[in-house]
Amino acid sequence: MAAALAAREAGVSDVLLLERDQHLGGILNQCIHPGFGLHHFKEELTGPQYADRFARRVREDHGIEVSLCSFVVKLTKDRELSYLRPGALEEVKAGAVILATGCRERTREMIPIPGSRPAGVYPAGLAQKMVNMEGWIPGTEAVIVGSGDIGLIMARRMALEGVKVKAVVEIQKSSRGLVRNVVQCLEDFGIPLYFQHRIAMIRGRDRVERVDVVKVDDQFRDLPGSGFSIDCDTVLVSVGLIPENELLEMAGARLDPKANTPVAEKVNLTSIPGVFACGNACKVYDLVDWVTRDSELAGRMAADYLGAGARA
Amino acid sequence: MTYDVVIVGAGVTGASIARELSRYRLKVLVLEKEAEPAFGVSKSNSGIIHAGTQNPPTSLKGWLCVEGNRLMREEIAPDLGLNFVQCGQLVVIFDEADRPGLEKIKKEGEELGVRGLKLVDRAWLDANEPELGPEVKAALLVPSAGIVSPYRYVYALIENAVKNGVELRTLAKVTAIARVQKGGFYVEASGRVYETRFLVNAAGLYADEISAMAGAPTFRITPRKGEEYLLDKKREHMARRIIFPMPTAESKGILVIKTSDGNPMIGPTASDTQDKEDLSTTDEGLAEVLRETRRLMPTVSKSDIIAYFSGLRPVSGKDFIVRCEESAPGLVNAAGIQSPGLTAAPAIAVMVAGILKERGLALAPKEQFHRLRRRPAHLFQVPLEETRRLIEKDPAYGDIVCRCELVSAQEVRDAIKRGARTLDGVKFRTRAQAGRCHGGFCTTRIMKIMQEELGLSALEITKRGPGSELIKDDRK
Ligand SMILES: Cc1cc2nc3c(=O)[nH]c(=O)nc-3n(C[C@H](O)[C@H](O)[C@H](O)COP(=O)(O)OP(=O)(O)OC[C@H]3O[C@@H](n4cnc5c(N)ncnc54)[C@H](O)[C@@H]3O)c2cc1C
Ligand SMILES: Cc1cc2nc3c(=O)[nH]c(=O)nc-3n(C[C@H](O)[C@H](O)[C@H](O)COP(=O)(O)OP(=O)(O)OC[C@H]3O[C@@H](n4cnc5c(N)ncnc54)[C@H](O)[C@@H]3O)c2cc1C
Repeated sequence: MAAALAAREAGVSDVLLLERDQHLGGILNQCIHPGFGLHHFKEELTGPQYADRFARRVREDHGIEVSLCSFVVKLTKDRELSYLRPGALEEVKAGAVILATGCRERTREMIPIPGSRPAGVYPAGLAQKMVNMEGWIPGTEAVIVGSGDIGLIMARRMALEGVKVKAVVEIQKSSRGLVRNVVQCLEDFGIPLYFQHRIAMIRGRDRVERVDVVKVDDQFRDLPGSGFSIDCDTVLVSVGLIPENELLEMAGARLDPKANTPVAEKVNLTSIPGVFACGNACKVYDLVDWVTRDSELAGRMAADYLGAGARA
Repeated sequence: MTYDVVIVGAGVTGASIARELSRYRLKVLVLEKEAEPAFGVSKSNSGIIHAGTQNPPTSLKGWLCVEGNRLMREEIAPDLGLNFVQCGQLVVIFDEADRPGLEKIKKEGEELGVRGLKLVDRAWLDANEPELGPEVKAALLVPSAGIVSPYRYVYALIENAVKNGVELRTLAKVTAIARVQKGGFYVEASGRVYETRFLVNAAGLYADEISAMAGAPTFRITPRKGEEYLLDKKREHMARRIIFPMPTAESKGILVIKTSDGNPMIGPTASDTQDKEDLSTTDEGLAEVLRETRRLMPTVSKSDIIAYFSGLRPVSGKDFIVRCEESAPGLVNAAGIQSPGLTAAPAIAVMVAGILKERGLALAPKEQFHRLRRRPAHLFQVPLEETRRLIEKDPAYGDIVCRCELVSAQEVRDAIKRGARTLDGVKFRTRAQAGRCHGGFCTTRIMKIMQEELGLSALEITKRGPGSELIKDDRK
């Protein structure tokens, strides 16, 4: 939304905003905790409030056509897009394309955690969506893998819903998350945080029953004799985000194979002229305020590109 | 009411037998303990339709495999609309000294009736399988091998059998069997008793227990575990065929496998276990699979892995057990169906029908047998133009639920209409939740569609049946 609005302000007359979901706002909709906008708006908002400030401006702007439930399935290097929506397969050609497709979560399978594959193992973001958007409480006793911000915030969220959070298990020596989150989400709730530990086994046939935890050394090798078990029915996996850049890949843009981010000399650029990537699709951000700042820049870069194209 | 035949187990063996018997004027019932068919061994295997090579030429499983392969290619796949791909396989050697071994496999395969076998040298391999490792010296090319989606195969068989009048009861675990004086059996499953003239035991890992319940404790099943690791679709073209090493006495070895959905797979391991429910994967299994497959294909990397699972082969000795039992007249066992059971199933079914006929069951063909099944539409299998036609016909094909695998709301609803009752059932039929994000984005949406279609509360939705509920409390 920030990119669309900025492009309009920079003089682009006709913007099409495609969103797969039934509403605008992306991941912000499920982040009902405060902590958004301290830099951009100089006040503390929740995720949905932050998103709504942009959604309102987008709706009022007649130069932005919003198409919801619209899933982009194809992008070519010549900026031809195909998207599906209920009732139609649409094809459009754009002067410039901005990809703001966000991230998906890394999963249990990518670490990978051995053991059985019962119900009760969820990516933390899915659990967040269940709790915050559907009112569904996924378990009664939980262990959280990974101490990044999402893991920390979900530890607190589950504790607030009366779920017993028995541990946060982190393989590194320290947390990747914000210090304020470690304090506010774990220490205030008495949730133990185990650094340099990993889950060695998930147990349970139909539903999670227990996890085996083991301490590791600096090379991530298991320390013999350090293992212990925790009874639980839920494991939330929060082990990082990966930019969703499958469309860029399809168009033939160069991607960093490890981070799945576009390879280019400047933020928001891709190796294809006229195709931009911003927000979490460009790189994983901590704070939404910086997503907004850089996405506005992306909108202006696209406007510049269109201007240059028109003159050429 | 008395059934002509009760089949215990809705895996590929039971489903094939059900479909075969549905050609005839018979009352047939299938009892399955799980929430859906194909939740036993038949869901977790390599999905290979073997050619028949790598089996002793005198074995039952050898010739049933060759015949099953033929039936799949010529009848089952076209009739039931299966996505069978005849990609072929290679058995490779790392040492010239193994060449006589390859020749032996070729000769034994030919004795079993496998066609088109050919030894190929390194130059051929360089041209046709460029990612093979430098250690590979030569190979046996086996063109009739192929791949299929194992669970969609079972669903197709069961759907077609039910269309032809077979009854299916799920969540029906057989716990007791008694002989009827005048012949036949009473079969008790989940609190109900069914009477039948003939009993077919296709209970996979539990076939020994069923046979004993019916009065024939003649064999034991020992599970042999196999761990498999699926790779990202981005690696789809690393191998064009299924790549095998030379087999050992215990197994066909650890392979580079193609799957019908595009993701390559590596595995399986082979280790005996005592626990019929132990489907865990292990650090050791992963290390072994990576080590072995890297000899075949050095470009395989741990970071390509997107999913993994274990399956248990129901092993009893070296061969299948397909026979009637003198100590329990009316019982036919289709047991010990280890690999290549997925391939052999249609041939096992014909053999079981033959045994039943010998034992006095009249096989009178139905006036109308619906041989064909319409293939469900899957967006991920069709080109965009076909997608456009589907959406124009039915708008919900444009309502995308699963973004990683491109699955629409209409496909999820269709899967439920065809029998999916669990999240895994939806996944196996449609691929929704089977991609990179493992359901991170689409699980709640699928749960809501299941609520609408099945009239369930959120608390009742399970991953794979009772005990695997997804959520514990609904605060809305
Ligand atoms: C749990 C959590 C807690 C956070 N907490 C804070 C916090 O306290 N403070 C803070 O400042 N920041 C926080 N952040 C970070 C911040 O919210 C995000 O970095 C930011 O919202 C990302 O915005 P985005 O637009 O790049 O991505 P997203 O919000 O993910 O938006 C991407 C959009 O693209 C759509 N899309 C993707 N592919 C397609 C396609 N093919 N076709 C059509 N549409 C598509 C998606 O549906 C989605 O709506 C948090 C993030 C998370 C996940
Ligand atoms: C790792 C691995 C890889 C393999 N790869 C291949 C391959 O590539 N190609 C190939 O041809 N074969 C392969 N196989 C072998 C193949 O998977 C099996 O031979 C086949 O699936 C066996 O099917 P089944 O129907 O006999 O057993 P199952 O699928 O287990 O079916 C038995 C059914 O009976 C039900 N049941 C059990 N007890 C009861 C009860 N008391 N009451 C009611 N129902 C009951 C079970 O729930 C189950 O659904 C592989 C096997 C493994 C483990």
